[in-house]
Amino acid sequence: MKKQTVTVIITTVITVIVVLAAIIFLMPVIGPRYLHPLMMGNQPAPTSLDMSSAHLSDNGLFRVSWTSDPSSPPLNQIHTWTIHVETTDGQPVETAEISVNGGMPQHGHGLPTSPQVTQNLGNGDYLVEGMKFQMLGWWEVRFNITADGQSDTITFNLTLE
Amino acid sequence: MRRAYWIVGGITLIAVAIVLWTANRPASWTEAEVATLRSLWIGSLPPLPPDPSNAYADDSQAAAFGQALFFDTRFSSNGEVACATCHIPDKMFNDGLPLGQGVGRMTRRTMTIIGTAYSPWLFWDGRKDSQWSQALGPMESPVEHGGTRTQYAHLIDEQYHAQYESVFGELPDFSHRARFPDVAGPVDEPSAHAAWDAMTPADREAVTQVYVNMGKAIAAYERAIVPGPSRFDVYVEALLKNDKEGMQTTLTKDEVAGLRLFIGRAQCIKCHNGPLFTNNEFHNTGAPAAEGLPADDGRASGVSKVLEDEFNCLSQWSDAGENDCAELRFVTSTGEQLEGAFKPPTLRNVAESAPYMHAGQYTTLAKVLGHYNHPPHAPLGHSELEPLGLTANELAQLEAFLRALSGVLIVPPELLVSPH
Repeated sequence: MKKQTVTVIITTVITVIVVLAAIIFLMPVIGPRYLHPLMMGNQPAPTSLDMSSAHLSDNGLFRVSWTSDPSSPPLNQIHTWTIHVETTDGQPVETAEISVNGGMPQHGHGLPTSPQVTQNLGNGDYLVEGMKFQMLGWWEVRFNITADGQSDTITFNLTLE
Repeated sequence: MRRAYWIVGGITLIAVAIVLWTANRPASWTEAEVATLRSLWIGSLPPLPPDPSNAYADDSQAAAFGQALFFDTRFSSNGEVACATCHIPDKMFNDGLPLGQGVGRMTRRTMTIIGTAYSPWLFWDGRKDSQWSQALGPMESPVEHGGTRTQYAHLIDEQYHAQYESVFGELPDFSHRARFPDVAGPVDEPSAHAAWDAMTPADREAVTQVYVNMGKAIAAYERAIVPGPSRFDVYVEALLKNDKEGMQTTLTKDEVAGLRLFIGRAQCIKCHNGPLFTNNEFHNTGAPAAEGLPADDGRASGVSKVLEDEFNCLSQWSDAGENDCAELRFVTSTGEQLEGAFKPPTLRNVAESAPYMHAGQYTTLAKVLGHYNHPPHAPLGHSELEPLGLTANELAQLEAFLRALSGVLIVPPELLVSPH
């Protein structure tokens, strides 16, 4: 091996060792800024999540969408949602029985409140009262919908930031 | 070979310089972090929310009357206990004790009243759903004020007749002592309870109406007690104005590092969120049972109590319509998540609020942070905490940040002293 090559290899190795050692020793000073998200304890929501506010129910029976009042779900504030239920060919489902639950999958707890559908607003719209989110992060809201003897569930994901 | 040494030495120096530079350069915040900091900033605190359950909430005469009641020790069984006995204005409306001390000793620590106008739930277990109904709980508790509502009605009649009537209208005539005994109320003490049961429903209502109005007046006073800005708030204000110098002179590097942990890896912000640093909901953090006391089931019992409370939002004594009571109507009343769950207290002025947790189990902030770093098994239910793996240095930074959350109250000084 040429003398020059040896020099280059030694230089590279020493540089790597010095940088690694410095990072390890300075970790408490640097803080979480340069850590991999996995090491930060604060897991982000899985990136593959469907965050849309309108999609097909789990078994494809209904097309469902939600809106919130105020339009972005607020933190720590009880508020209402309206959900719209229609058939896959776009006909509003006017006589659905709907129950609500949800929670934070990463924390293993449910919603802080027990929201309910309190009013059938007609034209496939239903008023959901008692919605509340008390933590920032990824939430799931699930609806169980029964209409004309058929039941299906749908899960919406949302992130409070 | 000589040249090789030069190369190695040079590169080592450069590497060290790069690492030191990245470690020491001033903290910068991402856009998402700035949004989070803004959400914690006192400037994000909305105007006082209305209290539809209390028609007198914003009545200044009611507030003045309420302040007089707040500081009046005659409203107790021994003449020595007022609201201000435990909610001491000079101590940020806390008392500095592990367990509240009225005519007897309580099983939980006194909570501050600062900012409670923003909370849908009151007390550690949320067994009350308004400031006015909260104020009435201790008045008839055998270990707090220890009195009864007929005693209080007589006191109002004798000491505050004109002031009461100027706010709430005519006082009923309580002079008939056989109809309105000196000591009677729906309390634990059997003879006072029996005397209460012996009264006619109409007489009981007349007394309870006065009692309810006392609560509404006290609440009108307490509504005005809101937190003032801390150094943290000055820092966020500087950040929002992009005033780098202001930021650097307001918080130390350690405090900023602690703040970064607070909203990041330490996950404090999960529950201590919003401008009051609390979500006012209920969480099991596995705080150990207090010495000599049984494990406390917290919200599990608290939710049953608020649903049955004679003074809740849906009660005849509330001025709210059904639609104003969404928190109560849609409350989660069952489930394991309520077991051993307590309301996160505000972290504003936390350095002045020792001891900590619902029964003063920890005497210092360092011990509290140690608890969150290495969470023990919950004495009841399941703790929501996960080990944080923070270093001693990081815990010290977090504590430094928490100490930057203190700020003097900016309420008019006359509200912080007894009007008597």
